[in-house]
Amino acid sequence: MSDIVEKTLTALPGLFLQNQSVSGPAAAKASFSSRLGGLVRGITALTSKHEEEKLIQQELNNLKATVSAPTTTLKMMKECMVRLIYCEMLGYDASFGYIHAIKLAQQGNLLEKRVGYLAVSLFLHESHELLLLLVNTVVKDLQSTNLVEVCMALTIVSQIFPREMIPAVLPLIEDKLQHSKEIIRRKAVLALYKFYLIAPNQVQHIHIKFRKALCDRDVGVMAASLHIYLRMIKENSSAYKDLTGSFVTILKQVVGGKLPVDFNYHSVPAPWLQIQLLRILGLLGKDDQRTSELMYDVLDESLRRAELNHNVTYAILFECVHTVYSVYPKSELLEKAAKCIGRFVLSPKINLKYLGLKALTYVIQQDPTLALQHQMTIIECLDHPDPIIKREVLGEYSYLLDKETPEEVITKLYKLLRSDSISSETKAWIIAAVTKLTPQAHSSNIVERLIQEFTTSLDTCLRQHAFELKHLHENVKFMKGLLPVDKSCEDMVVDASLSFLDGFVAEELSQGAAPYKPHHQRQEEKLSQGKVLSFEPYGLSFSSSGFSGRQSPAGISLGSDISGNSTETGLKETNSLKLEGIKKLWGKEGYLPKKESKTGDETEALPVPQENIIMENVDQIITKNDQSQALTQSKEEKEKQLLASSLFVGLGSESTISLLGKADTLSHKFRRKSKVKETKSGQTTTAENVTRSSFSSSSNVTYEEDYYLDNFQDRGDKEIKKFSLNSELLDSESLTELPLIEKISNCRLSTPSLFAVNNMEVFHPPQSTAASVANEISLASSLLEETTEHMHSDLMEVCHNETISVSSYKIWKDECLLMVWSVFNKSASELKSANLEIAPAENFKITEQPGCCLPVIEAESTRNFQYSVQMEKPFTEGNLSGFINYQVMDTHSVQLEFSVNLSLLDFIRPLKISTEDFGKLWLSFANDVKQNVKMSESQAALPSTLKALQQELRLHVVDIIGNEGLLACQLLPSIPCLLHFRVHGDMLALWFRSSCSTLPDYLLYQCQKIIFHYRLLQDIEYNSLWYTVSPCCLSILCIAICIC
Amino acid sequence: MMRFMLLFSRQGKLRLQKWYLATSDKERKKMVRELMQVVLARKPKMCSFLEWRDLKVVYKRYASLYFCCAIEGQDNELITLELIHRYVELLDKYFGSVCELDIIFNFEKAYFILDEFLMGGDVQDTSKKSVLKAIEQADLLQEVRAGPVRKRRKRTKAKGALPTLDTLPAGPSCPFPTSLWRLAPKAPGWPAGPQALTARGGR
Repeated sequence: MSDIVEKTLTALPGLFLQNQSVSGPAAAKASFSSRLGGLVRGITALTSKHEEEKLIQQELNNLKATVSAPTTTLKMMKECMVRLIYCEMLGYDASFGYIHAIKLAQQGNLLEKRVGYLAVSLFLHESHELLLLLVNTVVKDLQSTNLVEVCMALTIVSQIFPREMIPAVLPLIEDKLQHSKEIIRRKAVLALYKFYLIAPNQVQHIHIKFRKALCDRDVGVMAASLHIYLRMIKENSSAYKDLTGSFVTILKQVVGGKLPVDFNYHSVPAPWLQIQLLRILGLLGKDDQRTSELMYDVLDESLRRAELNHNVTYAILFECVHTVYSVYPKSELLEKAAKCIGRFVLSPKINLKYLGLKALTYVIQQDPTLALQHQMTIIECLDHPDPIIKREVLGEYSYLLDKETPEEVITKLYKLLRSDSISSETKAWIIAAVTKLTPQAHSSNIVERLIQEFTTSLDTCLRQHAFELKHLHENVKFMKGLLPVDKSCEDMVVDASLSFLDGFVAEELSQGAAPYKPHHQRQEEKLSQGKVLSFEPYGLSFSSSGFSGRQSPAGISLGSDISGNSTETGLKETNSLKLEGIKKLWGKEGYLPKKESKTGDETEALPVPQENIIMENVDQIITKNDQSQALTQSKEEKEKQLLASSLFVGLGSESTISLLGKADTLSHKFRRKSKVKETKSGQTTTAENVTRSSFSSSSNVTYEEDYYLDNFQDRGDKEIKKFSLNSELLDSESLTELPLIEKISNCRLSTPSLFAVNNMEVFHPPQSTAASVANEISLASSLLEETTEHMHSDLMEVCHNETISVSSYKIWKDECLLMVWSVFNKSASELKSANLEIAPAENFKITEQPGCCLPVIEAESTRNFQYSVQMEKPFTEGNLSGFINYQVMDTHSVQLEFSVNLSLLDFIRPLKISTEDFGKLWLSFANDVKQNVKMSESQAALPSTLKALQQELRLHVVDIIGNEGLLACQLLPSIPCLLHFRVHGDMLALWFRSSCSTLPDYLLYQCQKIIFHYRLLQDIEYNSLWYTVSPCCLSILCIAICIC
Repeated sequence: MMRFMLLFSRQGKLRLQKWYLATSDKERKKMVRELMQVVLARKPKMCSFLEWRDLKVVYKRYASLYFCCAIEGQDNELITLELIHRYVELLDKYFGSVCELDIIFNFEKAYFILDEFLMGGDVQDTSKKSVLKAIEQADLLQEVRAGPVRKRRKRTKAKGALPTLDTLPAGPSCPFPTSLWRLAPKAPGWPAGPQALTARGGR
């Protein structure tokens, strides 16, 4: 029925518009006013979020149609606005209505205007562009004779107003300060206060008017002006000292109950005003005896008056205490204030207790006796159900010391610990407190007893705390340095991450202290014990630390062993290194070398003499793999298995199964790859090749590393063949130090390998596709000796003319960046007085290398100029420019300018550290960046991703442990950055730490770039590109990067 | 200065939000979600103050509704608690024994009252009388122009028998239509509790 009426009405908009306000049909009105109700009811009736979404979407569509229909009246619009606000509150986007809200504020009558303004204030934010459309409306309303309109305009101005439009309304608002109505004056003051907050310099000239407002006959206006004064005094208290007297007088009047009863709140006179004044006085009297003296009286009175047992009086009291402690001290007042704090602390109301304890921590620094008075209360508070209270309480203990000896306090705490009435969580807090006190205690009997008792506690949390204490206790000197007497160690209790202890803990742990386990880890541990097959063996390995005490929980087979099967092991077991608990991972004994039978197998492969030829080696590996599959183990291996199974509960034979499953998914890929290999290097099917291909296709446990192995074999580099992927990736020095690229150039130069051509194709750095053929030819001949030792970029032409061509490349030397400009004389005549100069750049120190100053460039030959570049100031992108000039046949001199881009990346070098050092360093760095990146193929991707990163960013792969990888690099000269990668499903969690704050961000960006390209690469994995270009993923990576 | 004020139900439904510092929409949503979670997880015996991010959060539950304010570091928590209380008083006086439904169905009115009470995050008018006067002034215009849209509830009405109650279907997310006072924590600090207010505010 109502719908029909509505339709009729919308058909006659003119009539409706004119009539509805006077005698609009009641039915229409009812239908409109109940619309929101209908919506609310509709939503309440729904049971699922999905239904709500549907309903709201429908509603929003209706509203959209309604608000944009020309027939919609302002009254309907008002109703629509309310519903839009409601929809927005529920979290749906109603941005189509914003403009209509402004329109409504502009055109509506008072009621509609009010809703319009409200909608604007709720929808828009200060910098919203639509807000500019509101300015005119506001100006108009400010000039209105209708008080309500003026009020509305002032309200909206104080809520949301574009900063740049303040001048448009400022004079109008200033005028309002003289308005006859106090409500207008008050709102004007508050609007100016708002302007002061967002643009203080714009209202500077009206400071004098603020004073007038302060002296206003209306209390409300005066109170409003205090907001401004509080803010201004906070910024510069000395400029307003002269007002102290006035503020004191006002407060006196307020406290004395001279204000109109209207301002009373529960019979307390104007509490907000009082608090505001107290805060102002506190700021004024700070470190100023003379000013403070003016206010002692009124503070005293405030303390006295606030005796009513009233919540609001406590608020005033609290502020008063705060003021007393911030102004120049007066012992009498301090005493009273202290008593007040006592009332707070002793109060049964938790809110007051909390504030009391907070005040106590602040106050005790000046007066430790206070804590003694409340000692019992404090201890009672220890077992308060609200952890916030507990936390506050333990902060107090450091202050109890002045009067009592630490021994006494410890004894008390010890007693407390042994009582059954308190929860274990509290006990843990207490042990932390004891830890804090221990370095100050002279005798440590009780501490020792405590340690003894609680290191065997069933509660892991307690045990852990006790262990911590134990090891700290063993090194008292260090402990003292760490927990100084004069410092309140509150942070230590409060700081849940205990980050400031990290360094120390790492230190201790490296000496064999028991590790700390974060809660989730413990949880995991508990859970995983029940499982048959766990995918979190490291979590499991922690359980072993519980049993074996001091034994390091590092079930991580380390990359330091050359057989380095850790990747394989890791991948099979999905090992995970938890860096959150990294400080616990390294123990005194280092890492348990072999934990798993597979690893054991590989150990045997280790002593194989290096002189062995590949075939033997490969055979051996196959045999080993077979052995492990058949689970034929030697006695020694069995022992290891036993150990392993105790460490990795449930990971006995199952690991093989999971392993096989995984390999299956991959084997076809490798087979295909190897086929490609064969066809690629068809004419060179040597015995090696046959072995390799048969190897890779036959062993179904082979993994990514086989693939790499293939590559290495391909290169004919015998040295590499002896190492599996991990060793190559991890600690095989020869490889990480001289990244792959040189390896190849090495082998290319030294042994005229059959695969040389292939290699060149594979390992052309990215730019090579862009570089000219001529460059490539000259590359081989022109590369300096360093080139073969260090990683270098590709030759790139920077400038050329008809006679010469200047190319440059970068050699990333260990200690600096070596820029080489090679000048190729294309002409048939020789060039004289050739000189190359590099303009000084602000971020770099450039030194010319000797041996490049021969001024003559012979015909069709190349001359190299070398400059070593060192970074002086961190930057992200830089530019080196210079010029070359030469003379052709003694006639004229030619100058040619060029420039080369340098990036921070050019100064990143691998940082060769051990996993252990990594752990230590990790803890010592404060700058932390984390990011999750999506990957396509999680498991197999990690080693290769790391490889790509190693290649592209010159990072050092420290270790790969299961699905986690550790990398390290340094920014020359010596700013280290540590990277932690963790594969989780298809997500790669990147975690960077460094001593420099910008470096992690930069590296993160670079890594993301690489990973993105890498992902792209994987997406096109089965593309023809994969087969035609090269089996080496890296080259595709390079190409992918070029394409992108 | 107050940063923002939120009203939400025990079921985690937002009923009112007022931001006094420019905050992006996304950030708002995130903060609301986060804070609601934190506050709703608190037990009744715990204290009303929280340290959250760099702010202090003061919250109080009235019946099924949580009033939650975020204030800056140096602000007084206790007076903020009173501020919430005063706001509830104002709502109560305006609506007459206010309950959550009043705020749901007339949330724009709740906003108007709040705007009259707080301006830019600071207390504008601590006098209950003048706040209500200002609101009524605006409402009066409404009544002159368009006739009374909404009748003020009479005190004589039986408690709980609110007009909207019957029309509301029962469901898991159905708001609890109880006067905010009725479940308001009994605080001895408030001698002028619900009864006193009713006595004074009744007609």
